[in-house]
Amino acid sequence: MSDEQDIVNPENASAERNLLRHLAWMAFALAAWWMIYTRLAPVSKWVTYSLLGLPRGTVLSAVNGQPWICECISGLPKDAPLSAAVEFFVFEVPKVLMLLTLIVFGVGILRSFFTPERTRKLLAGRREFPGNVLAAALGVVTPFCSCSAVPLFIGFVTAGVPLGVTFSFLISAPMVNEIALVLLYGLFGWKVAALYMGTGLTIAVSAGWVIGRLRLERHVEDWVYAVPVGDDPEAEGAMTWIDRIDQGVVAVRDIVGRVWPYVILGIAVGAGIHGYVPQDFMASIMGRDAWWSVPLAVLIGIPMYSNAAGIIPVVQALLGKGAALGTVLAFMMAVIGLSLPEMIILRKVLKPALIAVFVSVVGCGILIVGYLFNMVF
Amino acid sequence: MKKLQILGTGCAKCKKLAENTEAAAKEAGIEYEIVKVTELREIMGFGVMTTPALVVDGKVKVAGRVPEVSELKTLIG
Repeated sequence: MSDEQDIVNPENASAERNLLRHLAWMAFALAAWWMIYTRLAPVSKWVTYSLLGLPRGTVLSAVNGQPWICECISGLPKDAPLSAAVEFFVFEVPKVLMLLTLIVFGVGILRSFFTPERTRKLLAGRREFPGNVLAAALGVVTPFCSCSAVPLFIGFVTAGVPLGVTFSFLISAPMVNEIALVLLYGLFGWKVAALYMGTGLTIAVSAGWVIGRLRLERHVEDWVYAVPVGDDPEAEGAMTWIDRIDQGVVAVRDIVGRVWPYVILGIAVGAGIHGYVPQDFMASIMGRDAWWSVPLAVLIGIPMYSNAAGIIPVVQALLGKGAALGTVLAFMMAVIGLSLPEMIILRKVLKPALIAVFVSVVGCGILIVGYLFNMVF
Repeated sequence: MKKLQILGTGCAKCKKLAENTEAAAKEAGIEYEIVKVTELREIMGFGVMTTPALVVDGKVKVAGRVPEVSELKTLIG
């Protein structure tokens, strides 16, 4: 098609206008996002102390004879617990929800480039180690829902993706995802988020590699390899940028719409801890000195099932009360990465021996991570 | 007569896709028949790896998500 035709084609012109309108909306939304996000701290202070009129709890206000000022030790200004809790809540809820919205939108657009079909094509016939690394990385950006674990498994294996590489994908996809990362970043800072991502990917790569080395193909149910697999359907043809932006919006509506109650619950728990619970409350049980706390956390975590948004409140509660970082990360990974319902679904395609190997290899990886962090931090 | 097949092993999203598809077909005013495909082997035969999926007259139109009724209308129409 020549340029001239492009210009006269009315359909093209309207598509272009449509794209411009989408981009203008995006720019406007981003600017508004930034304006609000950067002003959250002063606004939350204003809401807490001026709008709600909560006491600041500093030494100065001790003159007013507020009862909670007794908490002030050695005359240092210290916020009253209720004020501290309220300020934390009023600041964190919009902050985390806004971060989540932005990241989910971005990831939604990114994911429109990585359909499972394309991921499979990228992974088919890969050599083992590079294949494991690529599979773990693709697990982060490929859309994944645990209800699709079995069709994905069959689709990968029958298309010639090595078993170990398939497992690297299946481990990383639920465990290292944008919701977990945003929540960890928002509540505990970028270091914890980066640690979680780094160790999650390392476990996915190494556990997948080990499973591949063990040559367990005969423990896959026989019928799996006999499934007649249809050709790659290229389901939705070429996507335009408008489609991709729409995908981002759909992802926000779907994911943020689903997880916001957990986020608020988590922050409420965190706010309570922030204001009231004494530090080091959990230190004796889940602290770094209790060597058995890591295996115990993993054992409790494996049968439990929750998504990242559901488990973060618990993580926050534990960390806030003085539990060790390694123990808590191990618990979180065991809950998200390994679960009883997932095992039951996978039983359709895997023989029990392979499921046992899968659980123990990943479990060991999580144990090592837990101990490592307790040692380093 | 359009043959609309809903592929999925029975999760909540599969039901939602079936509902939306039915609504879209009614709005479009076409003659249709909805068939639910729940057998894993059959689903895999379409080359689909993410459920739910919608197949219109043997062609995969949607996989791994639940579109709005309006979008479904253009997909099946």
